[in-house]
Amino acid sequence: MTHASNEIAGIPGVYGTPVDNHAPCTRHRVDHMGWITVCDVLEQGRADLMGLWADASEVHMALFVQSERIAVVSISVEGGEYPSVSRRHLPSLRLERAIADLFGHKPVGMPDPRPWLDHGRWPGKRRSTKPAQPYVFLPTKGEGVHQIPVGPVHAGIIEPGHFRFTANGETIVRLEERLGYTHKGVESLMEGADLDRGARICGRVCGDSTVAYAIAYARAAEAALGLEVPERAHALRGVMAELERIANHIGDIGAICNDAAFVLMLAHCGALRERTLRAADAAFGHRLMMDRVMPGGVRADLTPRGEDAIAELLIRFDAELPRLMELYDDTASIKERTSTTGILSADLARRFAAGGVVGRASGRDFDARRDLAYPPYDRLDFTVPQINSGDVNARVWLRFEELWQSISLIRQIVADLPPGPIACGIPTQIGEIREGCGVAEGFRGDVFVWLRLDTDTRILRCHPRDPSWFQWPLLEAAIEDNIVADFPICNKSFNCSYSGPDL
Amino acid sequence: MRTLIARSLFSKPLTVPAPTADEASCRDVAAALNHRARQRLGRSLAIRAIDAGSCNGCELEMHALNNAFYDLERFGLRFVASPRHADVLMVTGPVTWNMREAVERTFAATPAPKWVVAVGECACTGGIFAGSYACVGAVEAVLPVDLRIPGCPPTPTAMLQGLLALLAPTKPVATG
Ligand code: SF4
Repeated sequence: MTHASNEIAGIPGVYGTPVDNHAPCTRHRVDHMGWITVCDVLEQGRADLMGLWADASEVHMALFVQSERIAVVSISVEGGEYPSVSRRHLPSLRLERAIADLFGHKPVGMPDPRPWLDHGRWPGKRRSTKPAQPYVFLPTKGEGVHQIPVGPVHAGIIEPGHFRFTANGETIVRLEERLGYTHKGVESLMEGADLDRGARICGRVCGDSTVAYAIAYARAAEAALGLEVPERAHALRGVMAELERIANHIGDIGAICNDAAFVLMLAHCGALRERTLRAADAAFGHRLMMDRVMPGGVRADLTPRGEDAIAELLIRFDAELPRLMELYDDTASIKERTSTTGILSADLARRFAAGGVVGRASGRDFDARRDLAYPPYDRLDFTVPQINSGDVNARVWLRFEELWQSISLIRQIVADLPPGPIACGIPTQIGEIREGCGVAEGFRGDVFVWLRLDTDTRILRCHPRDPSWFQWPLLEAAIEDNIVADFPICNKSFNCSYSGPDL
Repeated sequence: MRTLIARSLFSKPLTVPAPTADEASCRDVAAALNHRARQRLGRSLAIRAIDAGSCNGCELEMHALNNAFYDLERFGLRFVASPRHADVLMVTGPVTWNMREAVERTFAATPAPKWVVAVGECACTGGIFAGSYACVGAVEAVLPVDLRIPGCPPTPTAMLQGLLALLAPTKPVATG
């Protein structure tokens, strides 16, 4: 079916041809001019970049437009090329480099054509195009500057990545990140998978956010298939998502303080994190709640025993959290390390559309739970705390504040748990190709998943976009002019994912 | 801060929680590990974690070994920052091609005798990522593996149990 060109909702002045069977929003195919106009809209701050990905013949972009909705536009790749987005809007740069590595599409005018995920090591299969040649880091010049290479294997129990510091004495004048070490080829593994296997893969793109990924994936599939998910399933997803946020936030607060040698905090936070995982295990049968959310609903219902475990956990937080906040706030030695350290400017947070704590601690007032109001959050009462100072202290304090919100959200959900089934049936034949996208607010920020399903609901293409894509580059900016010894605490306060954006 | 420390001093330690089936088995493992680790290696065993491309799930549970519930250090087992100080390498993930060389070099930097433990489904078999163009697969395709701890991710208790198995007296010493 062909359609007439029409104006794209939320992006005035940009016209495109609607593509069939994309939900919950329409996907529009735009021409060269339309694509460039969309890039300009991004750069002017009239929309936020939500994702940029490709398939064999098209490049797709998702935007968050001001009227609380998502828009998806696509451009055909002609002669292996398309107009570079990062040339006009730099935050898309790494996504574009990844597209070039994985699909070979050349972004014309891209400011940095170096490979990103492809380290020249993939054998034989699929686009092992680049020869193994040394990666050229950005040059640094100046009297007395020296380089400090760190990684990919780091000192702690953390994920691998390489950091190249250029320092002048103690002061960092530039940090350049090189990631991609954990690239597992998840997108190609999902091609041809059925919905269930797809869910299990998507829930392992980034294990610390497995619930958020699973929800975003499920919502994309449910949009594509037009499914009505039972209310109870939405509610239980909310409980799991907030438990995941609590476990990660409390763990992060401890880990950040530990990087300033404030071990007492780590000990208390570590114990609370363990209790959270145990409650999750009691309630849903897995400490990280992997594979508990699936398209159509959830796999595990909340038992009375699970409900008790969660209630007990929250009572403990009620008692201990104020003490930990006081401990943090009253200890001058830790506050001295976190205040005015690693400042991320509000302007950069906005331009990069940084999600989660990183964005909200630098004044970016966005939370997918509120701004894309998906169930169960559309019927719950909560606020989105926000701080403007953008330093490590702001990111610690915001995590404390968000813990209270999560605690309240779980209580609201459990107090009013809708009865009924926890999943709906899923068709296996749909007779046409369908597409869908979904968003879920994870503890790091908004996770976006785009899905294209075949006539028998097998996955033709799936792209999960981690919030860290738009946060890693900001760490490079925030660390400038800080001392090398403060890098760990800054890095931990961002706590970006490696596995998520490495795909 | 003083009140918090005082409160901690006078409250029950978390490491002796009210017994449930789970925690009881964890304590058994812990007690046995304590005895054998000393028999075999004197007072300490140094562990170095290598993420060979995991999803970070296994790392989170490895971290948990350090919390007050599992308190790994009471057995003289501890995580160290450098492979040069390590006796045991705990490797996670489906060994991505992009990490392969770093994994090999970390192993080479570890002095013998040394043990390699594959932690998690991915490290044991390649897990859900097996067959990807970007993954080598199980750790044993790259390094000699002494022990496998399955699970996605394995629980901290399973990891403690695994370390116990590694220390069993019948186990031949790997010379690497
Ligand atoms: S075994 Fe599971 S938790 Fe561990 S790295 Fe693999 S997918 Fe992640």
